[in-house]
Amino acid sequence: MITLGQVLILAAILFCISVAGIFINRKNVIILLMCIELMLLSVNMNFIAFSHFLHDMAGQIFVFFILTVAAAESAIGLAILVVLFRNRNTINVEELGTLKG
Amino acid sequence: MITQYIFYFFAALLILAASMVVTVRNPVHAALFLVLAFFSSSAVWLMLEAEFLAIVLILVYVGAVMVLFLFVVMMLDINLVPMREGFARFLPVGLIIALLMAIAMGSVFTAIYFNGAHLDVITPTASDVNNSRELGKLLFTEYLYPFEIAGAILLVAIVAAISLTLRTGRSKKTQDPSAQVSVKRADRVHMVKMKSEKKSG
Repeated sequence: MITLGQVLILAAILFCISVAGIFINRKNVIILLMCIELMLLSVNMNFIAFSHFLHDMAGQIFVFFILTVAAAESAIGLAILVVLFRNRNTINVEELGTLKG
Repeated sequence: MITQYIFYFFAALLILAASMVVTVRNPVHAALFLVLAFFSSSAVWLMLEAEFLAIVLILVYVGAVMVLFLFVVMMLDINLVPMREGFARFLPVGLIIALLMAIAMGSVFTAIYFNGAHLDVITPTASDVNNSRELGKLLFTEYLYPFEIAGAILLVAIVAAISLTLRTGRSKKTQDPSAQVSVKRADRVHMVKMKSEKKSG
């Protein structure tokens, strides 16, 4: 049988990989968005694991809402990316310094 | 145990796909590896008896979000060379951060207050329990208000995505329906009075 610890460790490894990915690919906005999706996936896996092992459906409801919000977020993020590329002709984070931040 | 091995297989596939997503050179390949990651994690969710969400993950994520990602990646003509500049420079930083996070989360697992072992002895769910039905019952009674808000969020996302990417201005070539409807006969047809010509010869 699968134990709770195994699923939690799997989700933790997934989260660590995506955090490392955000630091490694800090030039490319598309890969950054994909890393955020991976993070949300690992969080969802924790929710589902606890929902399974505690026999509580509330965890799965939470995952449902997280999926909804993540889909909306990635749609708006990609739309912003398209507009950005149309105006600046690049998606390199280094060259997006108009705000002098 | 066969379920144990199946779980290990999909977990290994998931970790492999995730690490390929963050290291691979081409964004198209990264998107395809992300699809593989979603598939294998949906298999893990199936093993955790979350059937509805596993199907939703494939339908919504692989079917819609990842297609959107692939579409954007292929539509934008990205110069990949400057994107890879900092890869070797930021690799140690990323690995150190990941290691720190792993240590932090591992210390939670090994803490004496977190003892999840008693949760592992689970009674298997009865075979007549329908996951989708249970989820739907909760969603449309107790969580009805958040469900409506989720619908509103999706509507906002649609409106935002369309209004962000809608082209306006001179380059736009569209029809003006009111002008098309209100057109008169005189705008289209000109009656020209002229004499009939005679056949020469």
